[in-house]
This record gives sequence, structure tokens and C-alpha cells, in this order.
Amino acid sequence: MCGFSGYFGSIRDGRPLLGRMTAAIAHRGPDEQGIFTSPEAGLGHVRLSIVGLGDGQQPMSDASGELTIAFNGEIFNYVELRDELRAKGRRFRTSSDTEVILHLYDEMGEECVSLLNGDFAFAIWDARRRRMMLARDRMGVRPLFYAAHAGTFYFASEVKALLEVPGISAEIDPIALDQIFTLWAPIAPRTPFRNILELEPAHLMIVDQRGVTTRPYWQLRYPDWDLPSAYVDERSAAEELRALLTDATRIRMRADVPVGAYLSGGLDSSIVSALAAGMTPQGLRTFSVTFDSAEHDESAFQLEMAAALGTRHSAIASRTGDIARVFPDVIRFTERPIIRTAPAPLYQLSGLVRETGLKVVLTGEGADEVFAGYDIFKEARVRRFCGRQPGSRIRPHLFRKLYPYLPGLKQQSPEYLAAFFGAGEEPLDDPLFSHRPRLKGTSATKLFFSGDLRAELKDYDAADELISRLPPEFGGWHPLHQAQYLESRFLLPGYILSSQGDRMAMAHGIEGRFPFLDHRLVEFAAKLPPEMKLKGLTEKHILREATKDLLPAVIGKRVKQPYRAPDSHSFSGSGELDYVRDALSEEAIAAGNLFNAKAVAKLHEKCRSRPAAGFRDNAAFVGILSTQLWLQTFTGSSIRKSEAA
Amino acid sequence: MTQAIKEKVKAFIVENFLFGDTSYELGDTASLIENDIIDSTGVLELVAFIEDQFGIAMADADIVPANLDSLARISAFIEAKAVPVTA
Repeated sequence: MCGFSGYFGSIRDGRPLLGRMTAAIAHRGPDEQGIFTSPEAGLGHVRLSIVGLGDGQQPMSDASGELTIAFNGEIFNYVELRDELRAKGRRFRTSSDTEVILHLYDEMGEECVSLLNGDFAFAIWDARRRRMMLARDRMGVRPLFYAAHAGTFYFASEVKALLEVPGISAEIDPIALDQIFTLWAPIAPRTPFRNILELEPAHLMIVDQRGVTTRPYWQLRYPDWDLPSAYVDERSAAEELRALLTDATRIRMRADVPVGAYLSGGLDSSIVSALAAGMTPQGLRTFSVTFDSAEHDESAFQLEMAAALGTRHSAIASRTGDIARVFPDVIRFTERPIIRTAPAPLYQLSGLVRETGLKVVLTGEGADEVFAGYDIFKEARVRRFCGRQPGSRIRPHLFRKLYPYLPGLKQQSPEYLAAFFGAGEEPLDDPLFSHRPRLKGTSATKLFFSGDLRAELKDYDAADELISRLPPEFGGWHPLHQAQYLESRFLLPGYILSSQGDRMAMAHGIEGRFPFLDHRLVEFAAKLPPEMKLKGLTEKHILREATKDLLPAVIGKRVKQPYRAPDSHSFSGSGELDYVRDALSEEAIAAGNLFNAKAVAKLHEKCRSRPAAGFRDNAAFVGILSTQLWLQTFTGSSIRKSEAA
Repeated sequence: MTQAIKEKVKAFIVENFLFGDTSYELGDTASLIENDIIDSTGVLELVAFIEDQFGIAMADADIVPANLDSLARISAFIEAKAVPVTA
């Protein structure tokens, strides 16, 4: 796990430039730094040493010196791949997974990515073919950004490295901002930085003298709804699931340093911790976040699970005010505005792990996408159920069952519940049916956009763009699979794995590993019939069945509690910090010209005086504050550059 | 009476849910939910406003879109509740 940067093109002073670019992402690799340059290309690397501690330095060249790689991540099946390559007569000089990629590329060219099971982003400079190959893992765990400037192609693990290139500067992309304030994340390859893009998950890119070509090497697909399922027997499906998940965890324990685990107290991280504990004879270390507010805190479950597994458990408290304290740093690492504060406690958590000396943690991330755990899947099912009997006063009561943790919903009449969720009114064949209430609720935050920004975006619709990105087969999938695709293909890489995942962990040089996102498991789960995943309104049914012997009953039967953190209240609960006042001041808002200053002032006052703000107000507050911090951090001021500049 | 009630409710909606955005053309019969003006927490804020400002105790059965989902409906509801109907 590391960070890298590089370029393709002839530039003067490539080495000092790479030195500055890699220094900008030094947090990703505090152990070593390396630079490679040739007349046509350059690579820089910062290393977090996990596999091949003594001989895995990068950039790494092959024996011929013609192939050179800079690699961020892990190839979990590198042991098996290396054995196969050795059987073909290949000789290895190091014990690292990095060298395995080099040999595979030498054998197969860019097709080598299809054999890799891992979380990775890498660049290979191929001097023979005078081309740079870039690739990113299937689910989007590891990041890779790029930009072209003055005839040279630049790339890096984080945008802040690209901003070291003379001539590349930060400017907000209004369409990305609209996407964040609608979908929670930009639609890749777009980023919040105008003219800076990201390589999409499961894509590879070739850059040579002819230009840039990009293509997917893997695609998430679900079976046609009309065809009989490949799995009819639940017991055998559960056994296969267990075998796959166990192996996915086993190969993710591979490291030359100790591996720990995040333990939220929910089903998914408990399963992963239980499997990992069984593979750690010396005892597993587990880590979690606790909250002051009972609404967010899960510490009782965390302690119960840690005791059941006998792990050495550490927790960090995210107290009122902590989120506000770390939030500017959080935005410096997310490199994008966010509408929830949930990444902030994870930033604190990775700091705790770092203090203990560990570098690697397993987490339960991905299970909700892969096995249909999120409330949004159940909500869509209830909305369809209500849609069959519009006007029913009984059916909408189910919405209350879905969201027991949302106080605003508890007291609503069935008529209001139906109205809020659009039950019975929206076309059932809408490709975004499952997500419409979320999109509608989030889009309401655009009320705060400035007149100029609204005018600039007047013909743009983020939901329409999302629809345009769906594969042709999408319409033939079961509604649950459509909803799973939307979560897995867009929100997972665009927010969960990035703003909440890689960026928060790597801020403190911690590598997260995600057994549920092993592509073998993802492909297996996609083929399961929907009712094995969401059985009635019980989420992740097959996963519970497959792992019930691993967990105490109280954990195994827990209803999904989404990971959330206090939002606007975090910034006013224990005295407002100066930066919040400054970022939301009328002058700063007017200077940024992205939001309506008077409306923001009223929102600010409302959130200060009434801590129990609703979703729209909370999301707007966090979104506006994070956008203002983004402007300050990356443009050096809160003033947006004009179109003409 | 109706006009005065309507103006007072409109001022509350503009201030509290539209954050002073007077450029928004809030039609008398426009749905507050469909136009993304109000969410589930907002409904409770609206109920508190009606109870505080007009001295009306709202029963659970009163808190339905038929009474509260537009400026016209809210005004009519308040007027009906505030003025006892004589047989």
C-alpha cells in the first residue's frame, strides 16, 4: 500500500517535479521514497512496507530494465501467481507482489490485470513499446487521478500531487458539485477538479504517442430476471459463500506485518473479525469508534463481539466537537466536498490504529452492496408494495419499521409516509426507482446554490447523466439487482471506498482490506437469486445463514444500523470553531459565488439554534461547509476562478 | 382573515424552509413535498409553528398532507380550526 505519481512526455526537470509530487502524498507511504526517470517518462513512489519489507522498493524495474512499475495496493493472490510463473521458468529477485505484476505484464501485456485478485492501482512504463499502462482494481478501492497539460500526461494517487505540476491548478467543476449535491459523489471519471479526471474502477488505460485509450477489463453484471437462477438450494449456496468468504479473508491476511480489524459491532465487521481471529494464533487486534450520542453509538455490541472473540480491543471516542476539530483535515484528504460527516470519525480511527503501530486492517465494507444490506433496498421493496395499493393506510406503516432511528419519521401519518417516499406515484419502470427518494431529498440542498451557479447548471440533470451511464442489460435485471448495481458501481467507489475508505485510512498511512469485495465473492453474490439476499425485509439473509455459527446470536440477528455520525450538531454543540464562522461568513460565501450568502446565513443560524435539523438541512450544512473548505484548501482562497481566467 | 393567515404561513415557509429565497414562486396550491420544500422533520416544524402561532392543538389525525401540503391547505386548515363552526 503506497502512493505514486508519474508522467508520460518529455519534460525538463522531471526528477525534482516527481520529488514534489510524491512529497505531496508522503502520508500514503511513510517508509520509503523512490524516483525513476527516462527521457520519455517518469515515476515516483512512496512506500508503506507491508509485503517484501526488505526488497520491495519502488519504482521497480525488471531484469531487462525495460519495464518499470509504480504500484499502490496489494495483489492478494500473488503467491499462487508467482508459483505459476516460476513453473514457467520465471526467476524472481524479490519476495514482493510488485514483481509478480511485472512478470505477468511481460507475459501477457495489459491483459494481466484479469488475473489479479487485489486492491490496486499501478503504472507500468514499457520502454520497448514506449507506452505507459495504468490500471485500477475492479471495485475502486485504490485511487488513480490524471490530467494532461502542455503535451504531457500526468497521473497520481491523489489530486494534491497533480497540483504540484506547474500549470495545473484547482478549479471547481460545477457539474461535479451538482452531482455531489444530488448523488453524494461525482460520476467518474469526473472529479470536483475541472480538467482533472480519475481512472474508473475496473478500467485500464494505455498512454502512448498516439494518445490515450481507456477500456474496462471487468464489468459487474447480474443475471437476466427471466432466466432461471444458477442457485436454487440455499444450503449449498450458503456453503459456497462461506468457503469463498473464508478464502477471501485468508488471502487478505497475507502480510509481513500484523493485520488488525475494524469492529463496528454490526454483522459484517463481526464476521470478518471472527474469521480473521481464527487465522491469528497470536491474537487479533480490533478497533472501533464510539459516540457520545446513543443514536450513533454501538459500543455495547463492539465490546460483546470483542469479548466473544477474545481480541485485544481498542476504541476511540468521537465526542461532540471532535468532528468539527478534524473536519478541515478530512476535506484535505477527501479532496472533494461531502454531504455527511461520517468520514471524520474514520479519520480519527485510522489515527488510533497508527498509534498502535499497525499498518493493515480488515473491514466489513462491501457486504451491504454485495448482499443487499442497505435500507434503500428494503425501502424500494416497500415502495413497490405500497405502489400496488395506492391510498392504503396500512402499507406505509412499514416505512416506520425501516427507519426506527429517524425521529422525524416516527410521528408521521401513513399519508405523509407514503408522500415522503413517493409510494404509489413513481413509475415502477424508472431505472432509478430505488434511489429516487434519496436523490430527491439530496437535491433539495441545491436550494442554496447561488443564482450564477443555478444559471450555469440550468440545463444539467445529474440523474439523467447517471441513467445514461447504465449498461444496456440493466433493464432486464431484477429491481433489487438494479438497486445493488447503482450502489456498487457509483456510491461505493465514489464515496464509501474513497471519502470514507482509502482517503481516511491513508491519511494516517493505514491500509484497509475488504474481504467482501473479493471479485470472486462479488461475482458469486451477483448470481444469487434476490430473495436469498433480501428475504422479505431481512437484509443479508444468506450471509447470516452462512456465518451463524461464528457470531453470538445478538450480533447475528442484528438489524442493520447504518454507520452515521452527528452532522451539523457537531459544529455547534460545544462552541463553534473560528474556521466554521469564517468559511460560512457572508464575505466568504459571496467570494466563492457558489452559494446564496443570505440563505446560508439563515441555515447556519437554524442549525446553531435547533440541533435536531432534518436530513436536507444537515446535508446542506455539511455540503456547503465542506465546499468552502475545499475552495480554501485547494484554490488557496474561497474565490472561484472565472470562466475567462 | 384567510389572507392574513396565508401571509403569516407563507412568511414562515419562506424563512424556515426556503431560507429567505423570495425569488422562489411559492404557488398557493403547490405541493410542499413534491417541490422539495419540506421533509419529515420540516412537517414537525410546521406543526410546532401552527400550534405556537395560532393556538391550535393538532391531533395526530390532523397531521396529513390533505391539511398541510400547500399554502392554501394550511391556511384553510388553520381557519377552520381557529373559528369554531356553529350548527
